[in-house]
Amino acid sequence: MRIPPRITQGLAVSAMWVLASLTLGVLAFIIAYILWHGLPHVTWTFLTESPKAMGREGGVLPMILGTAWVTGLAVLIAAPIGVATAIYLTEYTREGRLTAVIRFGADCLAGIPSIIFGLFGFVFFVITLGMGLSIISGALTLTLMVLPTIIRTSEEAIRAVPQSFRDVSFGLGSTRWQMVTQVVLRSALPGIGTGIVLSIGRSISETAAVMLTAGSALGFPHTAFDSSRTLALHFYVLSREGLSMSNAYATASVLIIAILLVNLAAYWLMRRFVAKVA
Amino acid sequence: MTEPKNNDVAKEDARLMAEMLAQQPAPACPAGTAKIKVEDFSAFFDGAAVLRNISLEVCERERLAIIGPASSGKTTFLRSLNRLNDLAPNFSKTGRILLAGRDIYGPEVDVAALRRRIGMVYAVPVPLPWTIYENLTYGPRLAGVHSRSRLDALVESCLRSAFLWDEVKDRLNEPAANLSGGQQQRMCLARVLALEPEVLLLDEPCSGLDPISTAKIEDALAQLRSKYSIVLVTNNTKQAARASDRTAFFLMGELVECGPTAQVFTNPKHQRTSDYITGHFG
Amino acid sequence: MRREKIISLLLMFAALSAISGLALITAFIFKEGLPIMMQVGLGQFILSSNWYPTEGEFGIFPMIVGSLAVTAGAMVIGVVFGLACAVLLTQFSPPRLVSIVKPSIELLAGIPSVVYGFMGVVILVPFIRDTLGPAMVSLHLASDPGPGLSVLAASIVLGIMVLPTITSISVDALQAAPRSYREGSLALGATEWQTTHRVLLRAARSGIVAAIILGMGRAVGETMAVIMVAGNTLDVPHSIFDPVRTLTSNIALEMGYAAGDHRKALFATGIVLFVIIMVLNTIALAVSRRRAGKAVAR
Repeated sequence: MRIPPRITQGLAVSAMWVLASLTLGVLAFIIAYILWHGLPHVTWTFLTESPKAMGREGGVLPMILGTAWVTGLAVLIAAPIGVATAIYLTEYTREGRLTAVIRFGADCLAGIPSIIFGLFGFVFFVITLGMGLSIISGALTLTLMVLPTIIRTSEEAIRAVPQSFRDVSFGLGSTRWQMVTQVVLRSALPGIGTGIVLSIGRSISETAAVMLTAGSALGFPHTAFDSSRTLALHFYVLSREGLSMSNAYATASVLIIAILLVNLAAYWLMRRFVAKVA
Repeated sequence: MTEPKNNDVAKEDARLMAEMLAQQPAPACPAGTAKIKVEDFSAFFDGAAVLRNISLEVCERERLAIIGPASSGKTTFLRSLNRLNDLAPNFSKTGRILLAGRDIYGPEVDVAALRRRIGMVYAVPVPLPWTIYENLTYGPRLAGVHSRSRLDALVESCLRSAFLWDEVKDRLNEPAANLSGGQQQRMCLARVLALEPEVLLLDEPCSGLDPISTAKIEDALAQLRSKYSIVLVTNNTKQAARASDRTAFFLMGELVECGPTAQVFTNPKHQRTSDYITGHFG
Repeated sequence: MRREKIISLLLMFAALSAISGLALITAFIFKEGLPIMMQVGLGQFILSSNWYPTEGEFGIFPMIVGSLAVTAGAMVIGVVFGLACAVLLTQFSPPRLVSIVKPSIELLAGIPSVVYGFMGVVILVPFIRDTLGPAMVSLHLASDPGPGLSVLAASIVLGIMVLPTITSISVDALQAAPRSYREGSLALGATEWQTTHRVLLRAARSGIVAAIILGMGRAVGETMAVIMVAGNTLDVPHSIFDPVRTLTSNIALEMGYAAGDHRKALFATGIVLFVIIMVLNTIALAVSRRRAGKAVAR
């Protein structure tokens, strides 16, 4: 007996909706669960105090600072390099051996697991270059991790700028660099910003790599060469060692809220970019 | 009473003269008024010839129309004049193009400066995604003009020359994309005029514009002729007939004929010119 | 002119950073790990089940099996849910819905792995241990409900984590299929579903395959979430309810206190991981480049 195609379609679409709803349901559940258990504990004291008794009590101020430092430095270093790479690939060369090699490097880098970055960061920055377990070691390791993302999104943003803009700019007597900075980058900036914001999100969430490079110190970081614990790592330690469930939930809540804000910023930037270039 | 022999000689001379004139598609400009001299110029993309041995002159203060069917090399020719073809990696050329006596493809030439002397308006208006004011001042700022008063003065004068000032003078800080198609194209013309160039190149500037906008641009060109050399590529033979002083006919990469517009349209020297103008092909 | 040349050179140096970073990483990982691998013997290292670092025995076979098992399970979940979302997003959703669903999937990708692991520990593991496991046992589908920390738990958590990757790349692949395919099929009287599974999925096939392979790479490389829910025992798992240790967990768990040969053996584990990922990613890139080549040729 042949089932009419309309019915098969109805069944298939319903099945897919069930799967998709489950997926979104899981997302909503995770966020709600964490925030439900954690938000009550996210007090002003929590955000501004240092941890006491190995984290059983007290707050997460050093972790917030540590996370901010590591993430900030990583993106500060990676963004110019990544955008420069994207500019070079799109505006200053033609497709050939060199660009294939550069792209291969970026694509491979994108696929390497975070633990391998951690191993590399440990043996290269911490030991060989002698920086020790420190914020700077963590930041430099994260730089390599987020570089491919920045390159990829920047390249897409730059390519989306219409070719006619470049012709007009040249026609009006600009050099290539003037065209890139005053016409292309100006239009591509929101798109590039999206990539940078996504990298910030990735850095905030990263645990395995920072664990091996920035260390796990609970103290207040004073310089970039101090070791520091990030929020994600702190959450991991708290939950694994069972030190304080309420603090664990609170830490996770801070993390989730940060990620939500980051994603919101990326989304808003992307919409601005589409509006500008479309 | 004429001597048969002398008559024959005279007739022979006249015939040879006519032949020579017929073979010279590019009458030179009156002495000393040539702004651009194109000498035996050929253009190639990936080795395939797109322009063949073009020799022609653009006089000062004239409107030269370039007509011809699609793919005859008109746009390539135009883009060779301001070296925009350099941007294509597979472009090569032979021959020379002289601007005020110096080869624009010479080794010491500052290409950016060249493009400020020879400005181009494209077929489709391309307003940059900024305000009208920013669009118009982009070129001058690239050239190093930063004084606000000077920029304001430039903006007003070039908008007046493009017959657009009255329509946008209160809207200079609005996005240029808000203008209508005809207004955008006039803005693009004004944008080029803001560079204070010497030559204007226009590549089918009125294609896609309504008759009123077209008329406004043609009027602007008629006025501008008193200051600039204008090269106008057009697909519309009637526009060439009414809006130019001299006309050149390109066919398949070659310059077939070039002369005063009235003469080219009423009494063309070549059959192919006549065929194209009367619409037998194209 | 000269300024332009300098700028061009500076940009080129910046652009070489990605490939030099990759070269550095490869060099150092191999430098640290290769000697011990050679010392123990490649075959012994990969195939032996004896991981006793204190006694100098380094065999990672159980971890390899662990990684494979967990990844396979993750792909089942990731592909089913991920493709369903991708197809829904591109073929069956009004734009308003897309603007809600798409950012949500991206949000899913942004949640830290430690949070996923934590939720796994708090919700999933007890569920498997106390409910699902015993149910399967009573249905005679399993012999032992296990501690909840299991291949199954890790697979589910990982599946949810790689889902966004599979979805977004599949969405790209489906949207890259020429509109004429879809319109032509519909014009011939096919329903949207028939169009999707007979025409579009085939047209987007290489992109979807690339998505799956990249998802596999992500799953193999994930560390923190797996540590929290997989159990981390050193035995080769025999059922999905058995606890397991993956290559990544091994490194992360022991790196904190390992020294000397032990540490080098962890680097050697890293080499194995690195090679697996490189192979997977190269295949994925080759597959998607081929698709791009085909699209251009068309």
